[in-house]
Amino acid sequence: MEKAIKRYFPIFVLPTMIAFFIGFIAPFVYGIFLSFCKFTTVVDWEWVGFSNYTRIFYVNGKLDTTFLHSLWYTTLFTAVSVLIINIVSFSIAMALTKGIKGTNIFRTVFFMPNLIGGIVLSYIWLMLFNSVLAHFSKTIVSTQWYAFWGLIIVVCWQQIGYMMIIYVAGIQNIPGDLIEAAKIDGANNLQLLRNVTLPMLMPTITVCTFLTLTNGFKLFDQNLALTGGNPGKMSQLLALNIYDTMYGTTGWQGVGQAKAVIFFILVALIALAQNKLSTSKEVQS
Amino acid sequence: MAKNNESVSTVRRAKHGGLLTFFFAIVSIIWIAPLFLVLMNSFKKKAFIFRNPFSISANSLSDGWDSYVKGIERAMHGWKNYATAIKLTDFFHAFGYSLFITVASVVVIIICTSMCAWYITRVHNVVTKTIYVLCLFSMIVPFQMVMFTLSKFANMLKLSNPWGIVIVYLGFGAGLAVFMFTGFVKGISIEIEEAAMIDGCTPIQTFFRVVFPILKPTTVTVSILQAMWIWNDYLLPSLVLNINKYKTLPIAIQYLKQSHGQLDWGAMMAVLVLAIIPIVIFYMACQKYIIEGVLAGAVKG
Repeated sequence: MEKAIKRYFPIFVLPTMIAFFIGFIAPFVYGIFLSFCKFTTVVDWEWVGFSNYTRIFYVNGKLDTTFLHSLWYTTLFTAVSVLIINIVSFSIAMALTKGIKGTNIFRTVFFMPNLIGGIVLSYIWLMLFNSVLAHFSKTIVSTQWYAFWGLIIVVCWQQIGYMMIIYVAGIQNIPGDLIEAAKIDGANNLQLLRNVTLPMLMPTITVCTFLTLTNGFKLFDQNLALTGGNPGKMSQLLALNIYDTMYGTTGWQGVGQAKAVIFFILVALIALAQNKLSTSKEVQS
Repeated sequence: MAKNNESVSTVRRAKHGGLLTFFFAIVSIIWIAPLFLVLMNSFKKKAFIFRNPFSISANSLSDGWDSYVKGIERAMHGWKNYATAIKLTDFFHAFGYSLFITVASVVVIIICTSMCAWYITRVHNVVTKTIYVLCLFSMIVPFQMVMFTLSKFANMLKLSNPWGIVIVYLGFGAGLAVFMFTGFVKGISIEIEEAAMIDGCTPIQTFFRVVFPILKPTTVTVSILQAMWIWNDYLLPSLVLNINKYKTLPIAIQYLKQSHGQLDWGAMMAVLVLAIIPIVIFYMACQKYIIEGVLAGAVKG
């Protein structure tokens, strides 16, 4: 059978592969190449070696901390959003698996914001934030910390419902007799949570942690629409910082591309860590 | 003893149940309140949106009922915000482009990647293995890494239109789709396909008559994940499409802010409502599939 199928390569695989080449492989490889070049379009490149990478941090002999600030701001934002989203969505999931009345309606409501895209979502909240803050003569971009918490609220509203759905499924997969056995042995609710529910949920917790981690790290639309990186460039997350470097000023495309390569390496490291963590768990269980 | 315990815990559960239901009812109302506030404000004059977004009246209730009712008339703008919004954003064109691009991309992605996934699972050689690894790899690459080169290549290849961007979406979305289909195909027993081939089916007939119907659960999952991504995507179409000619919905909304000087918040509220309504309808209609799809996608991705 394998032989019979094999001849059909052009029909089965080629269309996807041509698009995959145009949409991913060529841009990726050429993108790495261009990060070592000075360019304004893809054809006028000139090899400059590692100078794009040094220009991320040093401009005209002076230290430029914009990228480092953005990296730090993004890390903090990601850490806070991962914590809040996971703790809240786990708590909601625990409550909604107790079989209380209205569970389905609550689940529907909490999940709803997740379907609304980042741009639309951000303008809903921009209106609410700015109209409330206007009473205190402030806006959401008055300081980087207003912007920070604004972004946190927006991503929480968007992602808590999504993570809740995953936690609910995880909790429902815990065998009921395990919990019954623990109860008969006299475990109280706290012990039940710590010694039965949480250990059994580890795979789910890993999945949700890494989903929120990469979502936070790669956040773009909400950042662009809600704060635009203001005030100054103080609330620029990494993705927006790269976009701004690339399209904000001419002559900086190479630096933007170099930043993108660093960004890619960071995201890839997170993904590898997840892979390692979840496969080692699988071996254990 | 055990029986006794059980009855105690049921009683306790019921007690907490009522409280929890009440608590979550309130939290749920707060949770979707932003959507209703946007709906309400979309009918107000822009001056009154920021003065008090939580009230439908220009006057406070503490000034007495009559003045409150009069204030409603003063604050309301009827459907005028909607008329402005539709004109400024060219809403129906934007909606049409978004719908076309999403539907066409999802259909193309489903057909092409499921065929590709079946082929690379059934044929074992270096090429198919490499394709699989590349697809896995593409899933961890953030869009920023390829955005500049991808948009320039798309321009050079004349893909800067709603038909061309379908190919770009197929290319950039292929990784996840191929990965998910491959995972499912691996679990299908090969005997059914062999039987079909022995009965004289060509591989193409075998795929579309036998394999593709079996893939249905994954097809639904992939469709939903890709549709949610493409419908809401802002950055890729804003870089790839010829923006002067073709604006998708997210782009039109973002441009409403950028290109008309002082942002008209009345029009913004109206266009947000227009953008949210189709999503809510879609959600209500296919809630079961959406939640299943999201779940399957999360566990595998």
